Amino acid sequence: MRGKFIGEYFKDMTTTNYTATNSSVGIVETQYYTYAERGKEHKLESGDTLGPITLAYETYGELNANKSNAILALHALSGDAHAAGVHKGQDNAGWWDDMIGPGKAFDTNRYFVICSNIIGGCKGSTGPSSINPATGKPYALDFPFITVADMVHAQRHLIDHLGIERLLCVSGGSMGGMQALQWVASYPERVRSAIPIATALKHSPQQIAFNEVVRQSIMADPAWREGNYYEYGQPEKGLSVARMIGHITFMSDQSMEEKFSRRLKSGKFSFGFDPDFEVEGYLHYRGANFVKRFDANSYLYITKAFDYFDLSGKKLIPHGKIIDTRFLVISFKSDWLYPSYQSQEIVRLLKRRHVDATYCELNSTYGHDAFLVEVEEQTTLITHFLDKTFNGYLVVDRYGI
Amino acid sequence: MASEEIRIDHSIIYSIVEPGSRVLDLGCGEGDLLYPLVRDKQVRAQGIELDDKAIQECVKKGLSVFHDDIENSLREYPDHSFDYVILNQSMQEVKKVDYVIREALRIGGKVIVGFPNFAYIKSRLMLFFHGKAPITKSLPYLWFDTPNVRFLSITDFRDFCAEKKIRIMEAHYLGEGEMVSFWPNLLALNAIFVLVK
Repeated sequence: MRGKFIGEYFKDMTTTNYTATNSSVGIVETQYYTYAERGKEHKLESGDTLGPITLAYETYGELNANKSNAILALHALSGDAHAAGVHKGQDNAGWWDDMIGPGKAFDTNRYFVICSNIIGGCKGSTGPSSINPATGKPYALDFPFITVADMVHAQRHLIDHLGIERLLCVSGGSMGGMQALQWVASYPERVRSAIPIATALKHSPQQIAFNEVVRQSIMADPAWREGNYYEYGQPEKGLSVARMIGHITFMSDQSMEEKFSRRLKSGKFSFGFDPDFEVEGYLHYRGANFVKRFDANSYLYITKAFDYFDLSGKKLIPHGKIIDTRFLVISFKSDWLYPSYQSQEIVRLLKRRHVDATYCELNSTYGHDAFLVEVEEQTTLITHFLDKTFNGYLVVDRYGI
Repeated sequence: MASEEIRIDHSIIYSIVEPGSRVLDLGCGEGDLLYPLVRDKQVRAQGIELDDKAIQECVKKGLSVFHDDIENSLREYPDHSFDYVILNQSMQEVKKVDYVIREALRIGGKVIVGFPNFAYIKSRLMLFFHGKAPITKSLPYLWFDTPNVRFLSITDFRDFCAEKKIRIMEAHYLGEGEMVSFWPNLLALNAIFVLVK
């Protein structure tokens, strides 16, 4: 299996932005937690119920005695619980391996890092491709609609199960950032700090529009069969086009120019409709890869969930409520999918409510993918922010300031 | 940075700010002014800074900073969000000075403004005898390479406050390494004013 994100693809190409380090959490194993058994089904925001629910998760580092060093890492749309290290017998590192590990931004020598998958997904957690206990077949479109709040609600059960009362930090990029914000909205007293990266309080019409095109391209494929394709195989054409659209939005004009320019795959025009340009080849490659690893129905359900997401106004922090969660908000200059103005909206809301917060727009050319690729500056910000959250101002003397 | 001598303007502002107060520093740079206030006086501090490298330095010091320019950073704050709003050596880089001072007085109880005095004697001499744009310790930039967009004297600023009905609670005048007690508009390199509505 190939790596999951374009970030890894970029790493092969650049040495400047990728800090190569040999420190890894090593061999890890995905674990599973199941709850909401029969009679105790999870009530969803839509009013429907779901159960039993399994969540896939991984952990790195050690939980300290008073359980105060736990960090929850939250993945983006197509991510999974495998955030760091490698699985036995395989060599693909986790999706945030550059950021999670000994001496890294989320330093596993000091912190206990949990990465939880989401409900609705297809990476070991309950989703549309899971077996519906009522029928013995995959849920397909019988799977209930889920929201980001439902995903976070499920994760809270996992955190309860791990015996952690208060998380030191919740953090993630893109949809992972939405989950981090949702954690603050749903359970502010259980979150000491939040690091939402390249994310938004709500999707703009443009973001919803991209997601709708993504969904329509899946559903327009006859192989989708109204969602009942599990006996026949994935709607490969539709799903791969959906992913191609995604990859365009993850890059910037400049990063595409630098990476592909107008270079041709075979040096000359074919005067046919096969991919001529390298950028076309790249998108086809990404699309073809994606259908091997991600369930089309999950893509539909999850994109819908984050289109519904909206914590604007008083929904992040209810009126009159005082929260002591600290924030580090990060955005990237060239990210046009989740532009900086959306992070600034988060910041404005925090200002109005006197929440202790830091905001930094990092100067990257990598577009939305920057949160996976821009390791160095994110590491500086996150390392020190976590240090301050964990140790208070005592830390500062250590730096000799 | 650790061993760098404390700047005289910083030590004056440090002595003005009451322990435990809420402070907003507009154009906080690397946090050299805010950090001692947080460490020794348990101030609740927030910085605003445009330079992302400087923000990284602030975060290393454990400070909370927003990446923004000064003019855009004030609107969202409710009235009286801070006890002090500081504009030290940043007012002269702001275009809408009137707006920024008014907003600072809205969201803060007291506003501390520190700025270089354009009417300092060496500036006057340079302009008069050499006919050149002055370069002094407090205005060290060449004309084509300065971040400053506003040039003012201490008298100008006093006139401004009088016209805008802003009360000056305290004034401190800084010369070359010592305080200036007379003819400040001629002898001071920098001035620090504490303003209230």
